[in-house]
Amino acid sequence: MLEDLFKTVKDRFNAEKSETEKVKAPEIPKDLLFKCPRCQSVIFMDEFEKRRKTCPSCNYHARLSWKERLEITADKDSFEPFDEKMNSLNPIGFPEYEKKIKSLQEANDINDAIATGVCTIRGYKTVIGIMDSNFMMASMGSVVGEKITRAFEYATENKLPVILFTASGGARMQEGIVSLMQMAKTSGAVKRHSDAGGLYITVMTDPTTGGVTASFASLGDIILAEPKVLIGFAGRRVIQDTIKQKLPDDFQSAEFLLQSGFVDAIVERKGMRKALSNILRLHNYKKQSDSWQHG
Amino acid sequence: MTLSATQRLEIIREKTRPTVNDYIPAIFNHFTELHGDRLYGDDAAILSGIATIDGTPVTVIAQVKGRNLEENKKSNFSMPHPEGYRKALRLAKQAEKFHRPVICLVDTPGAFCGVEAEKRGQGEAIAKNIAEFMTLKTPVISVVLGEGGSGGALALAVCDELAMLENALYSVISPRGFASILWKDPAREKEAAELMKITAENLVEFGVCDKIIAEPVGGAHNDPSATAENISDYLIEAIGRLTKIDIDTLLENRYQKFRKIGMFTEE
Repeated sequence: MLEDLFKTVKDRFNAEKSETEKVKAPEIPKDLLFKCPRCQSVIFMDEFEKRRKTCPSCNYHARLSWKERLEITADKDSFEPFDEKMNSLNPIGFPEYEKKIKSLQEANDINDAIATGVCTIRGYKTVIGIMDSNFMMASMGSVVGEKITRAFEYATENKLPVILFTASGGARMQEGIVSLMQMAKTSGAVKRHSDAGGLYITVMTDPTTGGVTASFASLGDIILAEPKVLIGFAGRRVIQDTIKQKLPDDFQSAEFLLQSGFVDAIVERKGMRKALSNILRLHNYKKQSDSWQHG
Repeated sequence: MTLSATQRLEIIREKTRPTVNDYIPAIFNHFTELHGDRLYGDDAAILSGIATIDGTPVTVIAQVKGRNLEENKKSNFSMPHPEGYRKALRLAKQAEKFHRPVICLVDTPGAFCGVEAEKRGQGEAIAKNIAEFMTLKTPVISVVLGEGGSGGALALAVCDELAMLENALYSVISPRGFASILWKDPAREKEAAELMKITAENLVEFGVCDKIIAEPVGGAHNDPSATAENISDYLIEAIGRLTKIDIDTLLENRYQKFRKIGMFTEE
């Protein structure tokens, strides 16, 4: 019994010791704290969530899943999805590609890196597309290209505006040349929608890069961006290697693009619904109803 | 005998492989160079102007690989800046106005990656070319001469017909870049080149390439003038054919050419 008591004390001692060791080398539990990739400040996850995943120190607007984005953007229960059953094939026979796609489909509850459909935003009906960087960095392959193209064709036919939340690492190399051609295919559909008088709003979110920046993302009539997000054509590392110099922190940020003239406005997440519905109003699109509820 | 992608990669890297500086005088007459994008400057990575081929005026837009270091320094190793793409678009619009076919000669490792290129909107410049070429109301023919590198090539390759020289390659990223990003090992370049399916024959199968232009045995450098003649014969035939098609049909065909590319299933 006495032995037991000693054992307990020993256990407690060990527990305390490991506690102190933890303080010495803190490991940040991913689900408890958020560390901002821009300013490195650390905040509690529930505060971060409450702020719709934005950094309280530098206002970086962090990445959202397609479901999170839909929830804070569309009126409640207004979303009707398109093309949920489309599955990518493997154009160049890239090893394990189908397997990778399948596991990402299960993890993200979506068939590829973009959700498309129609919804209302504060009562205004619009075609919407939301890219999800959790899915192979939202790279564009056959399915992303086809879903975007069909969304624009649907909008053209039904005289609807299109709002795309872009995020992408660029073309999906695993699909070879077929992925490059999606840039032409999507841009062609955007051009036809535009020539028919349709409104297209791009909202650039973190990160919008590569072949997506060099195609449909840059073709919006109005281009909005969230604060502090990364937007660019070439990768930062590639440029750094070319010029052999460190790049300034704000290089390829939304603010950098605003200053160089490639973004119309930077809009905070909390004001996004209002900004979007206001632009739709300014283009004479009509409200479907006044009974919208915030999603 | 069919050559592998790696063998073709070696051929197009041959120092004496002809460039647009060899081909333009051999294929066209009355070439008149026109400079500048009217917005920022003139980009020597893209050479453009008006010329005739078989008596017909055409607009020529060409990416300039240098034949030596000096030429390459001037043309930035054929890696255009945004003003290069904007110059191309300006001349394409001019061609549309005067009903001239547009001939794009593609030969680039890719659009330039740099601070100034980003600042001046490399992504926007490429995107705009892709969208505008899609509805350009005049025939557009693109010929890949050597390297067709990613978006930097596509900005001059939204066309009614895409032809490739027999040994030319056209890819979403260089084999080296592919190996470096996906396998973290740029040394696996050759393996990547084979896997990526980037030869003219591969691209015919994908519906990207419409015509393969023959090169002399061993590659274009073995007989530049014969290669130029093959390109010329193809262009004359294609221009004759495409200018007979009414413009609405031409544009619908162009849209569909790209619209149908994609590999997926739907249950």
